[in-house]
Amino acid sequence: MSPWPVAAVPLVLAVLTAPPLGRHLDALISDRPQPAWDRWVGPLEAALMRWVGDAGRPADSAMGYLLPLLVSNGLFGLVALVLLLLQPPWLNPLGFAGLRPDLALHTTVSFLTNTDQQHLVPETSLGNLAQLGVIQFLMFVSAATGLAVGFAVIRGFCGRPLGNLHRDLVRSLTRLLIPGALLVALALLLCGVPMTLAPPQVITTLEGARQTLPVGPIALFEAIKQLGENGGGFVAANGAHPYENPTLLSNLISTWAMLAIPVATIDAFGRCLGNRRQSNLLLVLVLALLLLGGAVAMVAEGAGNPALSTWLDGPNLEGKELRFGAPLTGLWAAVTTGTMTGAVNGSLDAAMPATLVVALFNLFLQVVVGGQGTGVAYLLVFVLLAVFLTGLMVGRTPELLGRKVEKPQVVWASLVLLIHPLFVLIPAALTLAGGTALAATGNPGPHGISEVVYEYASAAANNGSGLAGLGNGSPWWNLSTTVSLLGGRYLPIAALLALADGMRRKPALAPGPGTLRTDTTLFTLVTAMVLLILGALTFFPVLALGPIAEGLATVS
Amino acid sequence: MTSFPRVPFLRMPRGPRHERRHVERPRHQGLWRRALIDAVRKLDPRLTVTNPVMFVTWCGTALCLLLTLSPDLFDGPDAGQSRGFNGLISLTLLATLLFANVAEALAEGRGKAQADALRRTQARTEARRLADDGSIERVDSSALRRGDRVQVEAGDVIPADGEVIDGVASVDESAITGESAPVLKEAGSDVAGSVTGGTRILSDQLTLRITADPGKGFIDRMIALVEGAERTKTPNEIALTVLLAVLTQVFLIAVATLRPVAGFLGQAPSVVTLIALLVALIPTTIGGLLSAIGIAGMDRVAQFNVIATSGRAVEACGDVNVLVLDKTGTITLGNRLAEEFLPVGDHSVMDLAMVALAASCFDQTPEGRSIVRLAERLGATLAFDPSTARGIDFSARTRMSGSDTPEGVEYRKGAVEAIKGFVRSRGGQVPGALDDTFEQVSSLGGTPLAVCQGNAVLGVIHLKDIIKPGIRERFEQLRRMGIRTVMLTGDNPITAGVIAREAGVDDFIAEATPEDKISVIQREQALGKLVAMTGDGSNDAPALAQANVGVAMNSGTQAAKEAANMVDLDSDPTKLIDIVTIGKQLLITRGALTTFSIANDVAKYFAILPALFVEAGLGPLNVMQLASPRSAVLSAMVFNALIIPALVPLALRGVQFRPLSAEQLLQRNLLIYGVGGLVAPFVGIKLIDVVVNTLHLV
Repeated sequence: MSPWPVAAVPLVLAVLTAPPLGRHLDALISDRPQPAWDRWVGPLEAALMRWVGDAGRPADSAMGYLLPLLVSNGLFGLVALVLLLLQPPWLNPLGFAGLRPDLALHTTVSFLTNTDQQHLVPETSLGNLAQLGVIQFLMFVSAATGLAVGFAVIRGFCGRPLGNLHRDLVRSLTRLLIPGALLVALALLLCGVPMTLAPPQVITTLEGARQTLPVGPIALFEAIKQLGENGGGFVAANGAHPYENPTLLSNLISTWAMLAIPVATIDAFGRCLGNRRQSNLLLVLVLALLLLGGAVAMVAEGAGNPALSTWLDGPNLEGKELRFGAPLTGLWAAVTTGTMTGAVNGSLDAAMPATLVVALFNLFLQVVVGGQGTGVAYLLVFVLLAVFLTGLMVGRTPELLGRKVEKPQVVWASLVLLIHPLFVLIPAALTLAGGTALAATGNPGPHGISEVVYEYASAAANNGSGLAGLGNGSPWWNLSTTVSLLGGRYLPIAALLALADGMRRKPALAPGPGTLRTDTTLFTLVTAMVLLILGALTFFPVLALGPIAEGLATVS
Repeated sequence: MTSFPRVPFLRMPRGPRHERRHVERPRHQGLWRRALIDAVRKLDPRLTVTNPVMFVTWCGTALCLLLTLSPDLFDGPDAGQSRGFNGLISLTLLATLLFANVAEALAEGRGKAQADALRRTQARTEARRLADDGSIERVDSSALRRGDRVQVEAGDVIPADGEVIDGVASVDESAITGESAPVLKEAGSDVAGSVTGGTRILSDQLTLRITADPGKGFIDRMIALVEGAERTKTPNEIALTVLLAVLTQVFLIAVATLRPVAGFLGQAPSVVTLIALLVALIPTTIGGLLSAIGIAGMDRVAQFNVIATSGRAVEACGDVNVLVLDKTGTITLGNRLAEEFLPVGDHSVMDLAMVALAASCFDQTPEGRSIVRLAERLGATLAFDPSTARGIDFSARTRMSGSDTPEGVEYRKGAVEAIKGFVRSRGGQVPGALDDTFEQVSSLGGTPLAVCQGNAVLGVIHLKDIIKPGIRERFEQLRRMGIRTVMLTGDNPITAGVIAREAGVDDFIAEATPEDKISVIQREQALGKLVAMTGDGSNDAPALAQANVGVAMNSGTQAAKEAANMVDLDSDPTKLIDIVTIGKQLLITRGALTTFSIANDVAKYFAILPALFVEAGLGPLNVMQLASPRSAVLSAMVFNALIIPALVPLALRGVQFRPLSAEQLLQRNLLIYGVGGLVAPFVGIKLIDVVVNTLHLV
């Protein structure tokens, strides 16, 4: 069967669910009354806000939004860190011990930043308390944090106050993430994903050996993992494991779940702005990039390794889960890196170089649909830079959405541009300078470069996937990626909030025929070029020395 | 391929006005020589440090030169590097720096020449300062302070900007305005009350109050601006510098990390090639030309005989959405002429002509004289001896003028409403036909003047407004650029509407008072528009200050000039349109060269990266088929250096501005500078590579 129609299903589904979800998100962003929701979850939200002690007034500055974000995230992290270090005996049937400090720190930060990079094997190191109380809890709140930032940035660009962080956190949990995850969990449950607190099952295999199979509350875990762009597996094999992703149907549901919210957030931006043409064009842009990357990966995986073609015909089956086949694994790779989820349903380390180019490209750009909430924010930064660079060419001070782009905006936007190279290239160079010993890779060639760069790109982009050939459990890896995780998460958030707050304070200018419109096909193409030149060109050298060199070697 | 509508270009600076100017033509000889010397002087790192892009280039050049002298400075992959190759790369880097400096020096040189020409007009003179007791002391003009009173006589050069407080005199202002006819200056008049330092008094004597401290006058401000001495970066320039600085940092990271990353493969490139890659990637083209673009923009404004108080004001011109223009002098020629006599009731044309002549014989305004001319052409004669009669002057309150004979006959002409009132006050009847005639004239765009003799209304004089030739086309261009024009006039709404339609303005305010001007501006600004206006009277000062761009006429009052961001030395209100063009041109040039510069990076990557890492298997990326790794790096560097002088003329002249919509402009400029920026280096580097290999340079 051709993989193309199957691959199209989740993408089409994500486009179809975007308008209703976008409408719902816009109601949250614009704080419109939602009678049913207000009745059912309103009291709970009010209770939570009272518990936090926040009257829910909108922040009057970027700091007013950022500070509670940092404090709340700091508290979440602290609780999680203690639980991981101690791993108390409750709900810990296999009696796993506390984690090594560097590993506990890395795991905490990784899940706190919505990254879910895992330098451990969860099924052999985490009990159910850690899985539920730390991992799953952080999956919910980190996704909510991302959404809150997205909401605030959208509000700022639409000329409104940034809003109240606690209110946004609570409401994105009660009105989107928790009910959404429950629905997806139900669907996955029907596909056969376990949802239990039962003790591990001990079975006798066909060969007569005894095997312990830890089960757990996987369905809900899986649901928020995909829906919240988290990506961390309940088991190390992640979406390639039958507990997490048993059937083709669960695979499609998971792929859709990764795309659903980021796609809908862009739609919500257009609704909030009152200009859906703008958001539709941006959606077309990012979906085109996603489709292009997905197609490249599907073709590359489907065609197989040219270096082996003398002996072996057919797709690249190394590291694939045969239930899904090579092309669908390629598609998943594009989607998981594009949406900053980081879940995998096959081995990325064994993927074709072209697939790696796609994956790294997505991680470098961070807007190929983009992460939970942050995707649309990064996209707006690129739109702003495109306006600034080319807007001058119409003979006016550049304007975005009726607001002048001046020095402060350029400072914050270009800071966002600077953070990624800073937290990807510099640590990667340091690690590679230490040679194969420090990198702990068995690949001295271009693939080693890919592995190292990928690890930091994944950390800084808050994606979480990785090329498994790396022995990344060492203190060096844990601590250095922790720096990239934190820097790649909170510095851009601070800059984005400052940018959005600055934009909303500017007087709105009336558009006229002399104003550069951003909701045109031409300008969308300009944005695409700026994305490629400013976002990706910086990383062209490492792409060239890593996967491109590897790919050229397999061809020649 | 989209075709662009063919439109006539807006009048560009250096138009026909050029012949009118009397400011000494700037002397351009020796400009290049001076620029070259300056370029070398500007290699001083203390001067480059404010320009992050060029500073990084400077550091790279210094390091490269060091590596040419001592190739074994760094061990590892650099050991055994060819001194010749390092030297060649150093030369290209040095050329990049020098070319950028020449561009800036050239722009500054042109500004300086302009400034020198201006400075010659304000040689120091001796002034007679009036002490409080009325005694006169002779002081140097530089010793005058704001508020001092001075006396000037025929033949003197006016020592500083000032206001006439006593006397009437004719002044030759050709030194700054280019208008050779002497101008009458007298106290207490709006327009004729201010004098400019450096102009010459031709007759009589004036007492002045000095309004500007030495070095603070208009000419001084203009000198400082065109010279670039006090040039502060404009907001947009600062924002762009920030972005360029960050891009430089980003590429610095990308290139600096390349050595360890490639070192992992055992392919660490040499320091010199890395510097070459870095300088190729950072936006040296725009970095080198940025300040030249700004200085050249100010220079263009000055060439147009306009003094801008800041570069910011010129930039703001590009953003203007609404022009508020006075009808008289801007849209129509200043003088309305009598076109026709339209009698009402039983009166004949000749009756009306006789009375009109009688009412106008004392009127020395152009309108009055045109009425006299028309009446005499129809054969009318004066019914009384003008030497015995008394003239009644026009006033804004009565809105009419005329003459009284010793016999007690009152002849009046004026606004229709005013005459109606006058006639009624004398116990007369207003004929019903008057209103019809009034409307008839108004609907033709004319100004109706009613004429009466005592309590009898004789008819209406049709004064015709002459719309300036070509103004309609200019408004059409403005509309295409997205700029709306609003006409302000004291005329009645019907006349105003007709003229507005004929001239093609978008909106008009009839029967406008000076207060209306400011309220129109505020209303537009509340809608998020940026407003530009011209003004000359002192009651324009608040509106000039309120407008985002206010252009005062040099013939205007001191108050108006102080409130404005710009002063037009030619006192030509239509020039506002040209200034808007210059502002836009400045921004477009900056944007176009930035886009070009950044788009170049794609090709430079494809030239240098495969060359650097042939052994890592990147050979197939050498899409340009450059001959050898060394020639590839050298060619990219030569291209990078040569593109700067190639673009200097564009930076100094500015990208040609066409009055198109934003969308069309973007499309056009993207095609030229964006796509051009992507393609040009591929072609250029390949050609240079061919030359480099033909000459066996590496």
